[in-house]
Amino acid sequence: MLIFEHAHPGRRAHAQAPYYAPLADDLPADMLRQSPPLLPETSELDVVRHYTGLSQKNFSIDTQFYPLGSCTMKYNPRACNSLAMLPQFLARHPLADVSTGQGFMLSLYELQEMLKEVTGMAAVSMAPMAGAHGEFAGVAMIRAYHDARGDTARREIIVPDAAHGTNPATATMCGYVVKEIPTDRQGNVDLEALQAAVGPHTAGLMLTNPSTLGVFEKTIVEIQKIVHQAGGLTYYDGANLNAILGRVRPGDMGFDVIHMNLHKTFSTPHGGGGPGAGPVGVSERLMPFLPIPYVINERDFYRWAEEAEAPQSIGRMSAFGGNMGVLLRAYIYARMLGGRGMQRVAEFAALNANYLSAELKKAGFELAFPERRASHEFIVTLKKLKDETGISAMDFAKRLLDYGFHAPTTYFPMLVPECLLIEPTETESKETLDAFVQAMIAVKREAESQPDLVKSAPHKLPSRRLDDVKAARELDLVWKAA
Amino acid sequence: MPFIPHTEADVAAMLASIGAPSTDALFDEIPADLNCGGLPGIPEGLSEMRVNRLMQGRAAQDGFYSNFIGAGAYEHHIPAAVWQIVTRGEFYSAYTPYQAEASQGTLQLLYEYQTMMASLTGLDVSNASLYDGASALAEAVLMAVRANKAGCRRVLMPATVHPRYQAVTRTTVKNQNIELVSVPFDAATGITDIAALEAMSDADASQYAALVIPQPNFFGALESVDTLTDWAHAHNMLAIAVVNPLALALLKPPGSWGVVGKNQGADIAVGDGQPLGVPMSSGGPYFGFMTTRQALVRQMPGRIVGRTVDLDGQPGFTLTLQAREQHIRRSKATSNICTNQGLLVTAATIHMSLLGPEGLKSVALESHAKTRALLDKLLAVPGVERVFNAPFFHEAVIRVKTPVDDVLRALRAQSILGGYALGGDYPELADCILVCATETKTDDDLEQYRQQLQRILSRRNGREPGVPPCAYK
Repeated sequence: MLIFEHAHPGRRAHAQAPYYAPLADDLPADMLRQSPPLLPETSELDVVRHYTGLSQKNFSIDTQFYPLGSCTMKYNPRACNSLAMLPQFLARHPLADVSTGQGFMLSLYELQEMLKEVTGMAAVSMAPMAGAHGEFAGVAMIRAYHDARGDTARREIIVPDAAHGTNPATATMCGYVVKEIPTDRQGNVDLEALQAAVGPHTAGLMLTNPSTLGVFEKTIVEIQKIVHQAGGLTYYDGANLNAILGRVRPGDMGFDVIHMNLHKTFSTPHGGGGPGAGPVGVSERLMPFLPIPYVINERDFYRWAEEAEAPQSIGRMSAFGGNMGVLLRAYIYARMLGGRGMQRVAEFAALNANYLSAELKKAGFELAFPERRASHEFIVTLKKLKDETGISAMDFAKRLLDYGFHAPTTYFPMLVPECLLIEPTETESKETLDAFVQAMIAVKREAESQPDLVKSAPHKLPSRRLDDVKAARELDLVWKAA
Repeated sequence: MPFIPHTEADVAAMLASIGAPSTDALFDEIPADLNCGGLPGIPEGLSEMRVNRLMQGRAAQDGFYSNFIGAGAYEHHIPAAVWQIVTRGEFYSAYTPYQAEASQGTLQLLYEYQTMMASLTGLDVSNASLYDGASALAEAVLMAVRANKAGCRRVLMPATVHPRYQAVTRTTVKNQNIELVSVPFDAATGITDIAALEAMSDADASQYAALVIPQPNFFGALESVDTLTDWAHAHNMLAIAVVNPLALALLKPPGSWGVVGKNQGADIAVGDGQPLGVPMSSGGPYFGFMTTRQALVRQMPGRIVGRTVDLDGQPGFTLTLQAREQHIRRSKATSNICTNQGLLVTAATIHMSLLGPEGLKSVALESHAKTRALLDKLLAVPGVERVFNAPFFHEAVIRVKTPVDDVLRALRAQSILGGYALGGDYPELADCILVCATETKTDDDLEQYRQQLQRILSRRNGREPGVPPCAYK
């Protein structure tokens, strides 16, 4: 039942608006709204029950294990939320003079410095509001760098075929042409193909490491050198930063720019699809182009660097400087972890991923890269199962939901047929991983013995399998009263 | 160690299963010379109790102010129920609803949100949100250019659009060969200068893909939206509305702008959803909304939720039209956007449900009335003038005879944030302040502002230039 169907004309949550609304008799009548918008007329209790009820139809980290590859669905500590929502932080106007918000600004500055340390980059801006937004900033900086040097023939961005879809989409948004290069059988970037692809048209390379195949690019230093020798810059997609925290740093590996997903590595909530935060770190040569604003420290007074300080900046990315509440949550998380804690994040993320892949292999599942060490995630391919039983990775994923586990990422990366990309994260216990292995085994048995049960899954969720084709063909995007 | 549950026995058993001697060995594929050996520059971890003390201290240091700044972020009452529900773990810690059957709560909420936003703006369809109002405007400009069959790559951007929205749009479109052409405002009214637009129409107006129309505009003033919309359509441009969603409970929605007919209304409406249940939070996270006509839905960026049926024929919800998006279309996607601002949309949907059509309208009316009352009070202070004479919603511009920075600094010393200094964005308005009062202000708050301003301006008069206007706190 929709909230609109709970409504009754004239019902209101009376405490939530001024009791007596004055008239706007100074406004011309032709500027006023003639009929009210379709908002529900409900009591406060109606609303609280309806949305509490809806929340219970969701899977979430707080209720289920989410082995969702490339998404780093780790526990979101509660203190990060409650402390970021202290009333002074919430009440602060973004354009209030910075002298009235030095406690807030100091926290942001310290986070900015910590992100420099974590990535080994020369400078960081936290302006981008999501991973893809950070990618945009990164590639726009690469373009600004070449353009500032008059090197305008460089119009190609090289992207490995295993990359997230945001990489090529971002390159296009920055006015670049995308050149895809293949991945070899071991899951590495094909160095020969890379060597053949670079040239005077190369603006840069976007590389995810560990790659979306869940393995560390062993030749990362060579990759970086090939691109640099051709005059291009190197972009490090930090989507999988959780795997290398405190172990290796993109700056040390010679990269020019990295974006981080704080909603992954720094455990800020995914919120059903945002908000995120996608800070960017850069090497020295890209510093002048950083997006504004970023925090600067003038003898312990913290203020924003704006156009005046950064005339070559790629510019502003949001009205007010970024997803501040997300940054505060990440800061609080970082302070609770500390440097040693961050290092252990990568250690235990790797331990959980390698343990889970070892156990699944023992249980008869086929790993996509069995000879490689898993980083923080790994890929199982169900191609054989599909050939034998007709059960696809999608069917398998849907049946896992019935067992109370969120499905792993399916059909990504596209290189591996019928794949499940599995990332357990460091916050899950051995017992949870063991229970997940048991569920995987159970679904595999069902696939072999009662394939129809799996094909028609899920059976125990609020909805059975949904008709996506109908959704796209017969668009129903807004409710209309019957 | 924070949030890592492993016991020593667990670690030993897991390593044995893997066949690795230590956790260190799990990194054996990383070239050894790359190992940075930890993060010595990051301080040691703190317990929750210590971090609590740290953050409480910083929050207390920042304190509270009586705020009269608007300029794109607005102080409104948010019902307690909103964020108590939003921060339930089932919403807070859920992932993007790609597994629709395990995400019916979020998906149904987004469908309800889309319904509310489409109705509020008077347009057919809505997406599930974008990053913020400024980036939503940038996406609308890109969308208008995509939709333009003649290949026009110029868009008219009035100077009365929020300067930071203009800046974000520039950042976003500048590498795609799209030109933003400014339209001046009338110095008396503070709204877009129609005569200047008409002059542009002489100079080949068909070269423009769209006209951006803010309502209210950055100065709080109400634009002649009907005239502007019709002008855009008469010159084969799309009309892009940039609106405050709260104001739409009171003002004519973009879908009804212009003369009645087939072509009536703005074609795309965008804005920032912050006034709908999102705290000011120093600038974010907020959310951007976008609604449009049915005919343009496939050009719209961002996630969209549709209602469909499941295997049993029961209604259910799922992400749809994904063929527009980056994870399918890659380099040919409508945008690189991958997220929406789900949690903020959750807040806005609950907020709008709690207020309902009457409640939202009364908040808009009360905000308007409070700004009227504030303006009356401030204009009674010697040395204060009104700048523009167009009708306004809940913001207005005043001119002071004393340097603006001095006035605002002196007000801050009295815990009042007196408004937004316009000189940085509009040099011709260097002596002007944009002020805002919402329903949260009491008559006493307004009176405090008036008294302090009067005291500051009167003490400043007759003094030597450069002498601070009052004692600092």
